[in-house]
Amino acid sequence: MKKIILSSLLIFSFGAYILHVRILSSNAPIALTQKNTKPKIDLSIPKYDQIVTNPIAQIIKPTPTPPPPVINTGKYKNGTYTGDSVDASYGNVQVKVVISGGKIADVQFLDHPRGGNSTRINNYAMPYLISEAIALQDSNVDTVSGASYTSEAYRQSLTSALAQA
Amino acid sequence: MRQEQIIMGTPVIIEINDKEARQEFFDEVFDYFKYVDEKFSTYKDTSEITAINKKEIAKDTMSDDMKKVFELSEQTKKLTGGYFDIVTPDGSYDPSGLVKGWSIFNASEILKNHGVKNFTVEAGGDIQTSGKNENGNVWCIGIQNPFSQKKEIIKKIYVSDEGIATSGNYVRGNHIYNPKDKNDIIEDISSLTVIGPNIFEADRFATSAYAMGKEGIYFIEKLDGFEAYMIDKNGIATMTTNFNNYTKQ
Repeated sequence: MKKIILSSLLIFSFGAYILHVRILSSNAPIALTQKNTKPKIDLSIPKYDQIVTNPIAQIIKPTPTPPPPVINTGKYKNGTYTGDSVDASYGNVQVKVVISGGKIADVQFLDHPRGGNSTRINNYAMPYLISEAIALQDSNVDTVSGASYTSEAYRQSLTSALAQA
Repeated sequence: MRQEQIIMGTPVIIEINDKEARQEFFDEVFDYFKYVDEKFSTYKDTSEITAINKKEIAKDTMSDDMKKVFELSEQTKKLTGGYFDIVTPDGSYDPSGLVKGWSIFNASEILKNHGVKNFTVEAGGDIQTSGKNENGNVWCIGIQNPFSQKKEIIKKIYVSDEGIATSGNYVRGNHIYNPKDKNDIIEDISSLTVIGPNIFEADRFATSAYAMGKEGIYFIEKLDGFEAYMIDKNGIATMTTNFNNYTKQ
């Protein structure tokens, strides 16, 4: 439970940090997204390719390119919008959406049952990972991975926030 | 050419884009999945896994495929620090968290052995890709919106020869639990999609990392050759460092 709270706080504080950086540097791309090397930590296990019996295909990944500058091409107006507080079965959910470049840049939680600001975050051991609010895309794909269930409260609050944007 | 059958209680879809594709290839792969289902389904009274759970078959007299699955399960348990375990809370064996990816991998090998180069094999949202799609482009796979029952895509990834597996508590109920705390129902994470060198690897690590809750994404981050996209119950996605290499066509 403690780890979950710590992880949640880490992710949310990172979101806040991104927002902070954006405010300071307006349209400049976020520096963290330009990092394209992935420091690998050795697991305390036998080396991966020595113990696996299946042949493993060599992946040749494309060279990462820096993110393009933010241009307002999306369907929303830039700004910050607050959604309704919606009763989820475990408490209220209320989101604040940050629109940048016409697209959802961040979703912050104003009212959250798992909130708690008395815990200090010790995140030095964790790598920083990028977070984003999920956003629907067109369904022009070859096939789909995953399946679903519904979190109605989140959807309601996000919808009401985006209705203002 | 794309064909679909319901096997193992889930849609199994095969798409082959090579000109040399023959109906026998599809039939052979579907027959293989039926064989796997007959052997490994815990829902079938006649399956070998059911006989093992009823103690009608001793572990040392198991079939070679069953031995292999047990061996791979044990190996996965070690690789994941115990977050993967085919022993269920009631003490029986349920290897389905490994068998789906393993069987998709083997089905793909059947096609490759026939010289097929451009195909996908998928079962229940877990996919092995090879080569190109029918338009000659790399495969475009959509990640399903975990908050919707309808087909809704929240991310597109572009892959050629990879495995893509998504774990989550959806459709079939809470089918993943934390083996280290069997009363702990994973609810903070809505879905975790893993891209790996093949579907066997992607599936077993997606299942294991999902059971780790919010720590799971960091486990995948440390695995060389794997990327992941984790969606929490609030609709916030967290991705591994090089995940975005797969989001560009």
